[in-house]
Amino acid sequence: MLGAIWAALLLAPYWMPPLGGYTALGTRVLVLGLAAMSVNFLLGFTGVLSFGHAAYFGLGAYGAGLTLKFLAGSTPLSLLCGTLLGGLAGALLGALIVRRRGVYFAMVTIAFGQVFYYIAFQWSSLTGGDDGLRGFARQPLGFGSLSIDILGNETYFYYFVLICFALAVGLMAFVLSSPFGRTLIAIRENERRARFLGIPVERHIWIAFTLSCFFMGFAGALYALTNNFADPRGLHYSQSGDFVMMAVMGGMRTFWGPLLGATVFVVLQDYLSSVTVNWMSFVGLLFVLVVLFFPRGLLGFIRRGKAA
Amino acid sequence: MIVLEVKGVTKRFGSLVAVRDVSLSVPKGELRAIIGPNGAGKTTFFNLISGMFPPSSGTILFDGRDVTALPAYRRVVMGMARTFQITEIFPELTVFENVRVATEVSNGLRLRSWISRAEKAQIYRMVGETLTLAGLDGKADRLVGELAHGDQRATEIATALALSPHLLLLDEPTAGMGDQETYEITQLIRKLHRDSNLTIVLIEHDMRVVFHLAERITVLDQGALLAEGTPKEIAANAAVQAAYLGKAA
Repeated sequence: MLGAIWAALLLAPYWMPPLGGYTALGTRVLVLGLAAMSVNFLLGFTGVLSFGHAAYFGLGAYGAGLTLKFLAGSTPLSLLCGTLLGGLAGALLGALIVRRRGVYFAMVTIAFGQVFYYIAFQWSSLTGGDDGLRGFARQPLGFGSLSIDILGNETYFYYFVLICFALAVGLMAFVLSSPFGRTLIAIRENERRARFLGIPVERHIWIAFTLSCFFMGFAGALYALTNNFADPRGLHYSQSGDFVMMAVMGGMRTFWGPLLGATVFVVLQDYLSSVTVNWMSFVGLLFVLVVLFFPRGLLGFIRRGKAA
Repeated sequence: MIVLEVKGVTKRFGSLVAVRDVSLSVPKGELRAIIGPNGAGKTTFFNLISGMFPPSSGTILFDGRDVTALPAYRRVVMGMARTFQITEIFPELTVFENVRVATEVSNGLRLRSWISRAEKAQIYRMVGETLTLAGLDGKADRLVGELAHGDQRATEIATALALSPHLLLLDEPTAGMGDQETYEITQLIRKLHRDSNLTIVLIEHDMRVVFHLAERITVLDQGALLAEGTPKEIAANAAVQAAYLGKAA
């Protein structure tokens, strides 16, 4: 299955257009898929539900956008700044909330997320307020005399995002298959047992939260580069809800499920929003159906079908 | 040498005194049973020893060191492992994976994001030994959630053993078991105690198990220490008979 996923992603600019898609849609799937996988790093593999992860996604986007607009016209630098902004904010706030559990944890993550939303919304002179941050664009990549035009050429940009995606997802998989990753799964499975194995549970959840926020910031920075725009709604808790929805719809106990969930979400959004303004109610209906009939998510269902 | 020393420990929950001024001293290599009627405070007492919550007053010494204020995980790192009355395991992982996490943590790998080939081989060997010891060889790849109750209990004991403890706390290891399973777990505990000279403190309701295994018995009643002695002394103790054995009969 791993081979099929990578083959589909690598060849997307070739098979998508004949099916009525376009390359930029593939780029969106990758970026939002990475965000959903970052949320799922916590939700599916540590057992902790954050409902405010869009904050770190949005911080990544603003970090990248502000870097390009005010600091330097460098795409890699903007990615780095966005990732750091999202990740460091996550590390700081994570330290304050890791002692909460369940609903309380989710509520506090929403509250902190909304703080960033209102800052972005109100601080118009820096962030552009409700209109969002405009007036920046991703820059061509330069390697000595060689320059790759990821700004003008959608296909080049798709492959740039795919490389970024592969690096992030590879790192995520590496961490999850390590002894540290196994302590996270232990915490998910049974927190009390984990504690009495000698694992300082809060500290491990904090590390997982922080890592997940770094991935989230990276995804957000890529999102800003994709749109050449950063939107305060990218920080809003409804955006967090979308990411959680993608993860659950795709299958939160699977590594790749959230990517599938993001694909379904983005493709449906793209298709339905050209037909009706109420596209979200159809996505919501699909979500309810998936949760009712495939509680393990789409990928979880496919997996189980294969095993049987 | 005294492994576990509890001095005048009291635990209050609001106006309820769950454990009242209990003291206990367990020398190295001893197998101690804690008995008492339902609601005697046995499990609360265990939770105080293992650090689930702090006592309202009193001191707990482990290996001569005051651990009263230490969090649970630190006591585990020092060599105190426990099981629970209601089995606490990782149900969606296999037996092997349950024991592997414990083995990796106790070998100081819990924060590591990579593992060398030699370390991995070493961990696998240790997991194999633990599984053999607990009699779970043939079930390594089974999901723990799908195992019979007795095997789940054995898995929990195996994860505790994987921590290479020198004090093992077992909270009703035979709870909910049939005769055959009870016999097997009893044999396992006996073997652990005899072969590795492990200090074991266990809470148990099944008097056959208690009198079969224990070298000394501590009796709690209504949160307080009622008696302590060898199985013979406890069986002959009038107060114990009145409070506990009498009621059971």
